[in-house]
Amino acid sequence: MKTLTAFATLAALGLTTAAQADIRIGATVSETGPAAFLGDPEAKTLKMMVEKLNAAGGINGEMIALTLYDDGGDPNKARTFATRLVEDDEVQAIIGGTTTGTTMSIVPVVEDAEIPFISLAGAIEIIDPVKEWVFKTPHTDRMACQKIFEDMKAQGITKIGMISGTGGFGASMREQCLEVVGDYGIEVLADESYGPTDADMTPQLTNIKNTAGIEAVLNADFGQGPSVVTRNYQQLAVGLPLYQSHGVASKGFIDLAGAEATEGVRLPGTALLVGDLLAGDDPQKPVVQAYIDEYQAAYGEAPSTFGGYAHDAFAILADALARAGSTDPEDIRDAIEQTSGLAGTTGVVTMTPEDHLGFDLSAFQMLEIQNGNWTLVQ
Amino acid sequence: MAELMQFILSGVTVGAVYALVALGFTIIYNASDVVNFAQGEFVMLGGMITVFASMAGLPLPLAALIAIAGTAVVGVLLNKLAIEPARGAPVVSLIIITIGASIFIRGVAQLVFDKQLHRFPAFSGDTPIQIMGATILPQSLWVLAGAIAVFAGLWAFFTKTLTGRAVLATSNNRLAAQLVGINTNWVMTLSFALSAAIGALAGVLVTPITNTSYDVGIALALKGFAAAMLGGMGSPIGALVGGILLGLIEALTAGYISSVYKDAAAFVVILIVLFAMPQGIFGRKSTDRV
Repeated sequence: MKTLTAFATLAALGLTTAAQADIRIGATVSETGPAAFLGDPEAKTLKMMVEKLNAAGGINGEMIALTLYDDGGDPNKARTFATRLVEDDEVQAIIGGTTTGTTMSIVPVVEDAEIPFISLAGAIEIIDPVKEWVFKTPHTDRMACQKIFEDMKAQGITKIGMISGTGGFGASMREQCLEVVGDYGIEVLADESYGPTDADMTPQLTNIKNTAGIEAVLNADFGQGPSVVTRNYQQLAVGLPLYQSHGVASKGFIDLAGAEATEGVRLPGTALLVGDLLAGDDPQKPVVQAYIDEYQAAYGEAPSTFGGYAHDAFAILADALARAGSTDPEDIRDAIEQTSGLAGTTGVVTMTPEDHLGFDLSAFQMLEIQNGNWTLVQ
Repeated sequence: MAELMQFILSGVTVGAVYALVALGFTIIYNASDVVNFAQGEFVMLGGMITVFASMAGLPLPLAALIAIAGTAVVGVLLNKLAIEPARGAPVVSLIIITIGASIFIRGVAQLVFDKQLHRFPAFSGDTPIQIMGATILPQSLWVLAGAIAVFAGLWAFFTKTLTGRAVLATSNNRLAAQLVGINTNWVMTLSFALSAAIGALAGVLVTPITNTSYDVGIALALKGFAAAMLGGMGSPIGALVGGILLGLIEALTAGYISSVYKDAAAFVVILIVLFAMPQGIFGRKSTDRV
């Protein structure tokens, strides 16, 4: 009897140690709801990468347990799930926050619990001002604006028209663009908007077309709007250069708007879109290629930019865990902050205590659509 | 002048979409006084089934037919499984059931299909037609023609056919209709099938303009409902006129005032009309027998 108890205690101890030795990562993304087309590839990517890493022996011999929740794009749910991840699942790090809204509702939870958190959302507010426990992988809206204006300036364009969606992404990007546009000596002569589900933007584009002096048009939005704008743009034969945002940097945009209408459209995108066009010695090339191949093999479709954000978040975390050699959230946080020269799909990441994003404008590629395909603008 | 023309053509394009969706509300409303909030989901199903059937290799017309027939079956199921068991419940309860059904259909659609935006090519190409210096896409004319055809069909159905009159009779007084030999259960099933088919047809016609995805129904149903209210709920001509009017108000506001106030202006006009004419422009006057 005594031996039995001892054995049971031993077994229990053994089990506890085993459970604690595991690395527990939590994630809450918007697999369903209005941001599903962002969150769905993110969730798929996380599942795929955890599986692959575990199959390869985990990190420092320890397996990774991923707890994934679907917040449906609802900030309230995201906050509840973040709390559950911290308190019930006792995770050591959190990835998630598909949208800026869900991210901002997770931030206070992780700051309180002192758990490192890598966000997958765009807005600059997430990392500016720097929050001790919060990091993010996507480019900010402001960087997209700067990249676009840089290209316009190089073309000698000084007067533009803007048309933005009134949804979260479009409204935020419009604001950021208007803030930095002056730095490039560019003037916004027309500033139009449309609702996220509108089916026709020809009145707004007619007004832009009829504004004297406009040399190019910038459409700040993602999802459905830009494809309609691009089709209407062709319908009205506006004939000026059209710039889109990084929000539509996916093959789906070309399919929706059609190859004919998208001909010549320029937008800032990540290396992921143009993996095969990158120079052979580009540090991002092998990373991007491997991700595309694995995703294609696992799900039978090409990965999107948004899946790439999750890829980078997990790569940063895995790299930090390997270097930290510990599962203490504090050590993981410090290791993430020391990330240096890590090639991801969005850029080569080097974090500092002042920079929790880790790359600059050069991480963006300026792309032009030609014959329904991406080309690099040199 | 060219500017005004472009705004009008834009209004007609969008308005025809609203009108087509609004027309779908009329039959179920006429048969049961229920505003079917799953109508937008019928439109979504029409678009999505067509997209996925044509991706599976079927020619577009066949895919569209399958979508319309399939959606009609969904309409019948909705009536049999959700509305009929609740027979005798107040209209408000039935309306709430349709809201539940719309959430359910949306949930199933995102599992069965996917969460991406889709589109199929316009029926007669994307070359814009020039009218007095403005342009309109051929697909808009398809939508407009579809809306007018459905309107004409509905008008003939309700005024010229016995079945159509049976639908109206069922709505007026279900018991009396039964007493004169109308199979009211069958009338309800028929109206759900027809409404779903009209919704699906709308989905097939508008997808090349609006794109489609599993959640496109909410926005379309909201605007379609607003158009139907403006024109007069249950009146086919009201749905047609209400839809086009709503589209024109939006386009002209976006063009001449500011695109920011586009939706607000449309709803202000609807509010004013409903204050003055609570039944909508072409709505039936409701008379209560004492």
